[in-house]
Amino acid sequence: MKYKSILDAIGQTPLVQVPSLSPADNVRIWVKLEGQNPTGSVKDRVALALIEAGEASGELTKDRIVLEPTSGNTGVSLAMVCSIRGYRFTAVMPDNASAERVSLLRAFGADIVYSEGAKGTNGSVALAQEMARDDKYHMPFQYGNEANVTAHYNGTGREIIDDLPEVKAFVAGLGTGGTLTGVGRRLKEHDPAIKIIAAEPQLGELVYGLRSLEDGYVPPIFDPDILDGKVMVRARESIAWTRALLTREGIFAGISAGAVIWVAQRTAERLSSQGGGDVVCLLADAGWKYISTEAWTQDIDTAEEQVEAVLWW
Amino acid sequence: MPVAVRIPTVFRKFTSGESQVQVDPGTIGDLIGQLDNRYPGFKRQVLTDDGSLHRFVNVYVNDEDIRYIERLDTRATEGDTVSLLPSVAGGSDRLDDRGH
Repeated sequence: MKYKSILDAIGQTPLVQVPSLSPADNVRIWVKLEGQNPTGSVKDRVALALIEAGEASGELTKDRIVLEPTSGNTGVSLAMVCSIRGYRFTAVMPDNASAERVSLLRAFGADIVYSEGAKGTNGSVALAQEMARDDKYHMPFQYGNEANVTAHYNGTGREIIDDLPEVKAFVAGLGTGGTLTGVGRRLKEHDPAIKIIAAEPQLGELVYGLRSLEDGYVPPIFDPDILDGKVMVRARESIAWTRALLTREGIFAGISAGAVIWVAQRTAERLSSQGGGDVVCLLADAGWKYISTEAWTQDIDTAEEQVEAVLWW
Repeated sequence: MPVAVRIPTVFRKFTSGESQVQVDPGTIGDLIGQLDNRYPGFKRQVLTDDGSLHRFVNVYVNDEDIRYIERLDTRATEGDTVSLLPSVAGGSDRLDDRGH
């Protein structure tokens, strides 16, 4: 395939069947490999949509700096899109983010502003919001920007229908809610009977311990009514199935992929008893950024501890 | 066999620090009532004034969110595990290595 720019190579990711992970003969599980996007995650779709929405509305001009609270995939994707489109990009991240994360973002050309580590992601969001009051910044804010949803409605969801119009269920991880809301809307327009199921991490006690209920957060773009089910997954199951993806199917995916596979299997079992069919799950990224957790190489108990010590979702 | 209810850190100040509490089987609404009898004020923490589930509280029966089953009418039977968890912002963006 030939593309005029790396931005044109975003999306159109492979949909691959994983027969060894199917719980019954009358159901098939397919994985959409978002790690095949240019910077290695589904967030390339979102970043491009966020920047194009800013340009289209006239809010994003060349003299403004794009600002986003992120130390993860969205930061890398925004840095890449901004460098091509000619914008400066500043990521706000907790000061205890790993050296690997910081280096990766810097490599992609991002400037970094640190927020207080003890306040976690919420602290980065608060600091970015404060900074964004200055007009020199343009903050797309993926948790509240409808472009996050439309990227999946116009891209991911459409691609799934093009490749597998008979799809009966879709499973993805719940983060910003952009994937589930956008793909969910598109699939339900195609066939209202398609089930949309969320996989959600059971984060380590440490993570919850730092938060009070007042810190509770439901992203504004997430439409909870689009879901037909939501299943919580532990780090242990997620690691086990991320490994199975690699050893049984040769697919090297990020750790959240295991959680999605685990939920896809439960979904497929139910579907099997209702006549069978096809389950699509979205694997948000590839495994490269998680190698330092040793999720694939340690015994499962140690791997679980290592993964729970980081925010793996 | 009773139903085990797992209590997250943010609610433990209402359960004398207990991280897991045993209750009798019933609907989730019943279970919250039982917990409120034992720990007065508990109900106010997880339900809103009109008696529905607080927006930032998720309740799971064997890992499935009751909002997508029968909400507070969802039944927990003998041997089930009920988990209460606050909802937190997610996304791979949160993958920052803590303290490393």
